[in-house]
Amino acid sequence: MLLVLSILTIFAGAVVAPLFGRQGRPGWSLFIALPPLVAFILLLTAWFGYAQPDGSLMVSWEWFPAFGVSLDFCLDGLSVTMGLLVTGIGVLVGIYAVGYMKGHPQFGRFSSFFLFFMGSMLGLVLADNLILLFVFWEMTSISSYLLIGFNHEDENARKKALQALLVTGGGAVAMLAGFILIGIVSETYRISELGVLAEVLRSSPLYTGIVILVLLGAFTKSAQVPFHFWLPNAMAAPTPVSAFLHSATMVKAGVFLLARLNPALSGTDLWAWSLTGFGGATLLTAVVLGIFQTDLKKILAYTTLGVLGLLTMMLGVGTELAIKSMVIFLIGHALYKAALFMTAGSVDHETGTRDVRVLRGLRKAMPLTAIAAGLAALSKAGFPPFFGFIGKEYVYTAGVSVEGLAQVALPVAFVGNLIMLALAFKAGVSPFWGKPTAEGLLPKHPHEAPFSLVFGPLLLAVLGLVFGVFPFLVDSSIVGPAVSAIEGHPVELHISLWHGVNLPLILSLCTLAAGITLYSCRRFFWKRHLAVNTFLRPRGAEAVYDFLFNGIVRFSKVQTRILQSGLLHNYVFIIVSLTTGLLAWAFWRFGGIQLDFSTESMSALSTGLVIIMAIAAILAASTNNRITALVALGTVGFGVALLFLYYGAPDLAITQLLVETLTVVLFMFVIFRLPKLRSLSSKATRLRDAILAALFGGMISILVIKAFTIQFHESIGSDLAEMSYPEAHGKNVVNVILVDFRALDTLGEITVLSIAALGIAALIAGSRRKGKGTAK
Amino acid sequence: MKSMILHQSGRMLFPWLIVLSIIVLYRGHNLPGGGFIGGLIAATAFLLASLGDSAQEARRLLRCEPTTLMGVGLAIAIFSGVIGVFGGGPFLTGEWLPGFKLPLLGSVHLGTPVLFDVGVYLTVIGFVLHSAFSLSTLSEFGEEED
Repeated sequence: MLLVLSILTIFAGAVVAPLFGRQGRPGWSLFIALPPLVAFILLLTAWFGYAQPDGSLMVSWEWFPAFGVSLDFCLDGLSVTMGLLVTGIGVLVGIYAVGYMKGHPQFGRFSSFFLFFMGSMLGLVLADNLILLFVFWEMTSISSYLLIGFNHEDENARKKALQALLVTGGGAVAMLAGFILIGIVSETYRISELGVLAEVLRSSPLYTGIVILVLLGAFTKSAQVPFHFWLPNAMAAPTPVSAFLHSATMVKAGVFLLARLNPALSGTDLWAWSLTGFGGATLLTAVVLGIFQTDLKKILAYTTLGVLGLLTMMLGVGTELAIKSMVIFLIGHALYKAALFMTAGSVDHETGTRDVRVLRGLRKAMPLTAIAAGLAALSKAGFPPFFGFIGKEYVYTAGVSVEGLAQVALPVAFVGNLIMLALAFKAGVSPFWGKPTAEGLLPKHPHEAPFSLVFGPLLLAVLGLVFGVFPFLVDSSIVGPAVSAIEGHPVELHISLWHGVNLPLILSLCTLAAGITLYSCRRFFWKRHLAVNTFLRPRGAEAVYDFLFNGIVRFSKVQTRILQSGLLHNYVFIIVSLTTGLLAWAFWRFGGIQLDFSTESMSALSTGLVIIMAIAAILAASTNNRITALVALGTVGFGVALLFLYYGAPDLAITQLLVETLTVVLFMFVIFRLPKLRSLSSKATRLRDAILAALFGGMISILVIKAFTIQFHESIGSDLAEMSYPEAHGKNVVNVILVDFRALDTLGEITVLSIAALGIAALIAGSRRKGKGTAK
Repeated sequence: MKSMILHQSGRMLFPWLIVLSIIVLYRGHNLPGGGFIGGLIAATAFLLASLGDSAQEARRLLRCEPTTLMGVGLAIAIFSGVIGVFGGGPFLTGEWLPGFKLPLLGSVHLGTPVLFDVGVYLTVIGFVLHSAFSLSTLSEFGEEED
């Protein structure tokens, strides 16, 4: 219950947030941090107060029982780790946003989107049902779209927001397909039940498909190569969003999903190699691209990419040590990366630029920001005794201990770490040290940021140090259970800072030395910044995305031009000829045409009626006078009504009569305003139309005759008639079916009616405007 | 166009047709009739009343926008379905009040399907009138071609 309450709190906050975000009441803006704080406390209470001995707390409600989809939530080590990060960092980033966006006229909207995103993310990590997880997953995509494009008057922001949405949304569709396949194979969507079914899943012929589809979802969300390009582009978002979504939370959703499904899907070469391969490739790509960046936020974005690659790679390696290293790294990264993003935002806020080539010596002007950035950068760089150091130590220990091809992870991690160290210094140290930039080079005169901008990063950076020095604070209570959840069986974990002199420590020291050397050559890379960007733009993965995107737009334009000609004649022609063709195909495919019908129900009266109708129809088609055509059509309609009545369907007859009457009345409204009927088409066109009309009429007649003789299911008509009075208190079966037995159909129909009415109004309004436009 | 005979007969028929439409709506459950047919009759009544002068009369008689009518109709239909959910069944489960006797009407059974039919009735009226009113605004259309 506490779990659901924590999610609901945040969503409720999102609903009321606009009320608190009005201009001129800055104190009220702080509301944004309240719902996550409550949720954070609720989660802590749930985890330490109520968690079951086996380490998990579950609740469940029925949702779509027929499909095995229910509202299942589960709190285990992994979800509590992610949940606390999401809500805890959410509080700090919320406070930061209040200062960062002070006086922004749309802060209420921002708070609402921000909390909506947070609630979705929290739902995602707590969900214990694949379909529910998918729903929250999509909600994070949508809310992050709104947040990236928050400065919606900026075309670039809109474009990048759409890019992020399309890439992650496209992957999510594949992921849903993968989830459904999992459901088919294992007959459950419950994630916590999948672990024991791992053998069933692995031996299924669908396993390869499942893994590929699920990985597509996870890799797009967590920006793995070749889908990495959207993440740096998402830096178009306001900085608090980057700090929250693109470092600590959303981008981790993909890694989270892989960790979540690790017990169910791991243990095969396919899984291990996809993760290790793509993760390693992402790590190397990201750091190599990152080193050429000059924008503070871009640098941080590329290191985030690198870390996501590293986490995926460690999951792929999959030994117990590797999983431990992954969890420690994940927590450490969330702490320092959010802090670094926030300090980068503060620097931008106070100096007006994010270009690391001009930012120098800010420590005097911004001492607290400099301390926060420095501490976070040291943790990121993996200096002892920071938490980042422990993470790196575990990565190396895991890398040293594996055998076989997975050994490749060690050198990749080494190279990745050393470049990331250089990048950490670039982002967290370089702007603050050295000789201050000459006056006038910065757009603004730098000042220390206000308290709200300093509080969050400082706290997070200090936590990185505290957890490093006192790892027992988190090891057995949070990290251990998280590892157990990923491994699928209980794992003991006691982290210590000092492991003695061994190979990992030596590697760590080598990383430090090499990284600092690389950092001192930073200007070499900055000079080539433009050259690299211009080289990659037409060749990178983003170019492929642009090519596809523009191709789809072009295709849709072409097909719209062909199909939407704007001529009624063409529309009718396409619809009628397609229907005729499809009917002909269906007759040919399903047993040909047998015209065996009896004539015993025909009488002189009905035959006469039909003959009159036929004459009227021919007249309607051939006359040159609208009134004649209208009367002739009416004759056909009333004839049909009489036929209905004759064969005992009074409801249908009444309806038909009324519709005919209404048609006549409606015609009265417009008939004097319509142009004279004239033959505008050529003879050939009219002949073509006549043939098509004859074919169409013939096909429909055959269909009606055939429908009478074919019965796919047993007729339910008599059952409905029997049930009508006792079950639904109505003697008129037709009406009972409409408003009771099949009421949902009727509801759909009247909805369509309403939409059609709005459509008609829009069409007419449109044509009127057009007419006026041309008249002028 | 203005035609005195059409105009007056339309106006005189109007109240009778509305009453008829309501009777048809009500009796639909046991005899031919129902919300759809009733709605068509009512809409015809409005249109007949305005045949004399291009929809102005119908707008006056209606007193609200036809789109409002559609919206209210849909809302009633959906609401009638939700009542069943509170009764513990799935959406659109029929719930019935105990029957009672009234003079003139005889034994009366009221339930959510009847309410649903009222929703259909209103939506249909709204649909027809909205379309007709839109058409009636096509005043200049094609005049220059004549």
